[in-house]
Amino acid sequence: MTLMSYLLYLAALVGLAWLLAVWMARVYGGALPSALLRAEAALLRLSGAVPARGMAWGAYALAVLAFNATCFVVLYLLLRAQGALPLNPDAIGGLAPDLAFNTAVSFVTNTNWQAYSGEAQLSYLSQMAGLTVQNFVSAGTGMAVAVAVIRGFVAARGTTLGNFWVDLTRSVLWILLPLSVVLALFLAWQGVPQTLQGAVVATGVEGQEQVIARGPAAAQIAIKQLGTNGGGFFGVNSAHPYENPTIASNMAQSLSILLIPVAFCFLFGRMAGDRRQGWAILAAMAVMFVAGLAVVHVCEVAGNPALGAGANMEGKEQRFGAMLSALWAASTTAASNGSVNAMHDSFMPLSGFVMLVFMQIGEVIFGGVGAGLYGMLLYVALAVFLAGLMVGRTPEYLGRKIEGREVTLAVLAFLSMPLGILVGGAVAATVPQALAAVQEPGPHGMSEILYAYASATGNNGSAFGGYGAALPWHTTALGIIMLLGRYAIIIPMLAIAGSMIRKPQAPVTSGTFPTHGPLFVTLLVLTVVILGALTFFPVLALGPVAEETARLAGQSF
Amino acid sequence: MLTHLRPAIALTVFFTLLTGLAYPLVLTGAAQALFPSAANGSLIEREGTILGSGLVAQSFAGDAWLHPRPSASGWNAAGTGASNLGPTSAALIATVAKRRAAWEAANGAPAPIDAVTASGSGLDPHISPENAMAQAGRIAAVRGVDAGSVRELIAAAVEGRLFGLYGEPRVNVFLTNIALDEAFPMPPAGGEGQAAE
Repeated sequence: MTLMSYLLYLAALVGLAWLLAVWMARVYGGALPSALLRAEAALLRLSGAVPARGMAWGAYALAVLAFNATCFVVLYLLLRAQGALPLNPDAIGGLAPDLAFNTAVSFVTNTNWQAYSGEAQLSYLSQMAGLTVQNFVSAGTGMAVAVAVIRGFVAARGTTLGNFWVDLTRSVLWILLPLSVVLALFLAWQGVPQTLQGAVVATGVEGQEQVIARGPAAAQIAIKQLGTNGGGFFGVNSAHPYENPTIASNMAQSLSILLIPVAFCFLFGRMAGDRRQGWAILAAMAVMFVAGLAVVHVCEVAGNPALGAGANMEGKEQRFGAMLSALWAASTTAASNGSVNAMHDSFMPLSGFVMLVFMQIGEVIFGGVGAGLYGMLLYVALAVFLAGLMVGRTPEYLGRKIEGREVTLAVLAFLSMPLGILVGGAVAATVPQALAAVQEPGPHGMSEILYAYASATGNNGSAFGGYGAALPWHTTALGIIMLLGRYAIIIPMLAIAGSMIRKPQAPVTSGTFPTHGPLFVTLLVLTVVILGALTFFPVLALGPVAEETARLAGQSF
Repeated sequence: MLTHLRPAIALTVFFTLLTGLAYPLVLTGAAQALFPSAANGSLIEREGTILGSGLVAQSFAGDAWLHPRPSASGWNAAGTGASNLGPTSAALIATVAKRRAAWEAANGAPAPIDAVTASGSGLDPHISPENAMAQAGRIAAVRGVDAGSVRELIAAAVEGRLFGLYGEPRVNVFLTNIALDEAFPMPPAGGEGQAAE
């Protein structure tokens, strides 16, 4: 029955994503109803963009940076000033400079790391006009970049990758916004509050007072899932009964988390004019996802004998149980969605291992909206290159040669992972002000550090919540690392795309290495696993692996 | 960079107005019109007093009521939190052992796992049916009714899996306690239980 539940979920996911990809292909190809096109054109003209002008990769990257920088400044100022601004019924003050920096970076980079607690530290205006907006446009940025990168690989020979303003606007207006409206209404029906009234004071059955925070949550939660953002309206995120009140709300959100990332695989196949290419990438992602999910499921259902018989229910909600918590944990760490419906810090060590690996390999198993696909294309370039080395031929992907320049850029982009996770983590494990954040003695403490820095570098945003990430050291260091994890991938990937699109497309011959069959899928999976394992296994051995060994020996810390 | 600055600023302003104000405000209007109770937090009133939310756990200590799962944040619905303790945490293992002893002393039955572990939100409104059933004897004794009828009421309150596949069977503690007060009013000393008439 468990198997059937998972299969049904995956079938629904793939079916919906396939349908969405049909629409997305029309949106990005400009095959929209003329009224929509006219509205879009008017908006862009008014904004001073020149939609007809294609951008070479450098201009595209500059536009991304200019837009994201503007967003950062606006959000930072809003968070600092929220205390003096309207829509603040619970009279919450402004954020401290380091926390405002961390939060602004976090939402602009689609990380949604939460060093703050929503209901206690943010006004409704910050939630709506600050975070919700970034949930839309940071997702839109990732989608636009992915579409540009895809064009670099598949479009006819040329120099330009498309126009960022057009791609961004289309992502938000015609994909994210309509889906969000539908999901938000569904969630509101299920019991997620959508009100501008402040907290309510209840007098409980036994006469005790209970202050219940609420707010315009449904609207934000819808886009936080669809845009693989994950920053909760409330501190405990999707475990909160107001964020995720029912099993139906949980399943709708679980589907939404992976919907657009999976659709991007199909979109890739469509844009390449060879749908098998999209299926191959989806297959590679799915193999790794199912393997990881199986581990988390088994560990959580088996539970923790040190706490008693039954599933591992510490940090989990009764309505979700071990299974839906495992599905959520695997999906969100795979998809760079920082939301949690159970507390990852309290998961079993090997579940933590899987979550760490999913993030450390760079969020390419489905990954963030857009970001997962362009991240995976980085590995594709490396896999094809390795295959070329093995057979002694110049590697090709989709008819275009992968040469020194592309591989150098791909390796540069890949290096941001170990730089952020290993260097950032090592510093955090040695500097006393940083080390103070660790909650747990023993190997679990190592996992907490690793998780924080993997989450920031991979732009995931979830946390081992016991880790005191609100310390100024971490708000600053993690903020910088989130920037690294985002732009040190985006810029090289756009550069690769810019270089690919200039190359001639060679026709397929009998000597071409096919990139759509099981052989290629296996090669791609092995490339991801080997690169990830070689880079991170030593440190994983000190964290979750050591903890599991100690646990089996009956040790506690 | 400068040529990009104007569209960057203009679109930031536009998207802030659209997705930051229009989108949440229109949805607020729609949700308030379509699902007024849910949109305001599914609040439950009795005799003009807001007792709490049907979705949010509150503390119950008295023997006459079902007890919710432990909360690491004291059922604080304005500042939620979990223990976040890891699986090899000695502190967690000790806390759970203490909870188990207390629970088993109060209910005279082996404690199910959900009764001794804290939820992620600290506001988990549900407990497992086994957990609820094991508390029936204690509740019946205080209310002066037979345990069978309390069990019957609990059994009727059990919510099942979605499509028979997803989630876990569960009992909403707060709502079931209100139903208990209605079905088996407490003797006048208990004070709150007269709503059933």
